[in-house]
Amino acid sequence: MDTDTINAIVLFSNFILVPGMTYGAQLALGALGITLVFGVLRFANFAHGDMMAFGTMIVVMITWWFQSLGITIAPLPTALLALPLAIVISMSVTLLNDRMIFRYYRKKRSSPSTFVIASTGVMFVFNGIVRFIIGPDDQRFTDGERFIIKAREFKKMTGLDEGLSIKVSQGLTIVIAIILVAALFWFLQRTRTGKAMRAFSDNEDLALLSGIDPERVVAITWIITAALATIAGTLYGLDKSFKPFTYFQLLLPMFASAIVGGIGNPVGAIVGGFVIAFSEVIITYAYKKFLIYAVPPGWAPDGLMQLLSTDYKFAVSFMILVLVLLIRPTGIFKGKVI
Amino acid sequence: MRKLLLATTMVAALASPAISPAVADEIKVGIILGFTGPIESLTPDMGSAAELAFKEVSDSGMLLGGKTIVSVRADSTCVDSAAATTAAERLITSDGVVAIMGADCSGVTGAIANNVAVPNGVVMVSPSATSPGLSDMDDKGLFFRTAPSDARQGQVIADILKSRDIMDVAVTYTNNDYGKGLSDSFLNAYAKVGGSVSMTAAHEDGKADYSAEVAALSAAGSKHLAVFGYVDQGGKGIIQASLDTGAFDNFILADGMIGDSLIAAIGDDLNGAVATLPGAETPGANTFSSMAEKAGITVGGPFTGESYDAGALIALAMQAAGSSDRAAIQSKLMDVANAPGETIMPGDLKNALTILANGGQVNYEGATGVEFNSLGEVLGSYKELELINGKYETINVR
Repeated sequence: MDTDTINAIVLFSNFILVPGMTYGAQLALGALGITLVFGVLRFANFAHGDMMAFGTMIVVMITWWFQSLGITIAPLPTALLALPLAIVISMSVTLLNDRMIFRYYRKKRSSPSTFVIASTGVMFVFNGIVRFIIGPDDQRFTDGERFIIKAREFKKMTGLDEGLSIKVSQGLTIVIAIILVAALFWFLQRTRTGKAMRAFSDNEDLALLSGIDPERVVAITWIITAALATIAGTLYGLDKSFKPFTYFQLLLPMFASAIVGGIGNPVGAIVGGFVIAFSEVIITYAYKKFLIYAVPPGWAPDGLMQLLSTDYKFAVSFMILVLVLLIRPTGIFKGKVI
Repeated sequence: MRKLLLATTMVAALASPAISPAVADEIKVGIILGFTGPIESLTPDMGSAAELAFKEVSDSGMLLGGKTIVSVRADSTCVDSAAATTAAERLITSDGVVAIMGADCSGVTGAIANNVAVPNGVVMVSPSATSPGLSDMDDKGLFFRTAPSDARQGQVIADILKSRDIMDVAVTYTNNDYGKGLSDSFLNAYAKVGGSVSMTAAHEDGKADYSAEVAALSAAGSKHLAVFGYVDQGGKGIIQASLDTGAFDNFILADGMIGDSLIAAIGDDLNGAVATLPGAETPGANTFSSMAEKAGITVGGPFTGESYDAGALIALAMQAAGSSDRAAIQSKLMDVANAPGETIMPGDLKNALTILANGGQVNYEGATGVEFNSLGEVLGSYKELELINGKYETINVR
């Protein structure tokens, strides 16, 4: 391979592959939570984005507390140390929330749309609590080493024209996402409780007949969802920044991911997350520089070679969502249709 | 509930006679700035600077025979035109202000001027709205600004780049009147001095992630990135993402991007950034700095001098007209700002009021060297700044 080809690959990795993988993993973890709730409890949980914000807020505050005590785990961010405790707290809050709100509607056997409206109410409450406690502004809670590879050092090391940078937060996101997904699938496929959850999701009445305790399944679903939401939110916050409003905005691409992949189907949520993340980056990237490296000299384009301006970034995921709903409403992997 | 209503009514009833004797000697002036929103870190100092001028005038005891100016603050939000219009409406109709100092961001300023101020015949003096579009507004002579139009800033940035031999840049601007106006005027001016812009991309404020924008900008191949955005918003995100991915190391910043919060957030990597900021080392600037320091206003904060001047001009216009009538203020604002007359510096307002009371004329220079053109806008000069070791150093004044 000549230098130009390597440059093209590095350029592609730096601006598309690494950010796409990271964002995809973050969306996938969020979409998994949405899909689990949908599969087991049978409603679209609009409060998921703000549950993420709530969990992350707890992480941020515990991180600050640890930092003030001088407890750090450099080079890794202290937030990782704060995660387990924060997950326990947000699990309890989520369970309390289920007991106070959703259980009532389950007893009344309300329709899914009632649940959706109730979850919208929960969303606003969490929204308010988070802003009340930590405020609407950006909060910084990252510490430790920032980069695994810095673009400038990469250039020096390899002598290439293009740099590759990988942030610690990006590496962490991908590693943690892989571990979590593996653990979740092991749990769903191999353990008794996981099988009970899947049975409950497949056919509620049959599951009840075979003696599965519905309240236990529901509680475990919320526990897993709270853990996923807190971890996804923390990874997103470490990688970008923590601001309550952006978590609310994440709700839309996360739902798009879950639906594109096939809602109710965990594999679909993961695939959907990456599809949405990559399509946003791939369609709005300007390929001029990439093509200058990739094609023989003289063929290089004068224009920017950009399909869509970055202004339309958010429109991309919705175009895909609309297309999927029109052509294959069950999503890529067969999910449920209400 | 009824008790609450009753209590409220009683308090109101008790309070009003207590206030009314004072009302005769108090003149209300509105201050409408974005106390929440994208530039909320800048506006408290701007508001205080205008109030510093009002206090100076009130304390002198010379204003219209001993009247005082009371400021009424309102929130322009910087971005939400509907909210800003409502707030201005409240100032004019229910608070009954005689003039408005503000607004700050160009979009809301245009909205307030067109929807509220001009129809009601109320003078507006904006300390920081810099969109060139505001020059073309049908303002019936009611809109003034002490910050120069970005048509001028675009030209200055183009000149600075030429003098530094930077002839190829990528441009990103915040997607609003300010960003678009500045970007357009820069593109024009830069093309005229022979520079080429590889790519222009707008960015939205308030997003968590700008890597897609930065990826597209860097793909165009320029080494320098001009950021026309806001310091607490998208502008910061763009710079952070550029440095993280190694897309750009060299930045050109416009006035909205100058603030300590950016330096604190980004750190040493920002060193070497070139920036422009309205204001010059006028004789008045130093006087104002020491006055501001005493009043607890951040020295060197953007638009504080302009805000003081806006406040002072409104007060002087009243004195010149001999009345705090809305139309009277409008008729004299241009006269007190421009020659002929005694030159007035910041801190010198008592003297100015005395001259005007005796029928003389003043030429207000103030903190920023105010001189209005026929549209009621200052031409203004810009500082060329460079970030050296985490501090902006003035390189040149243009």
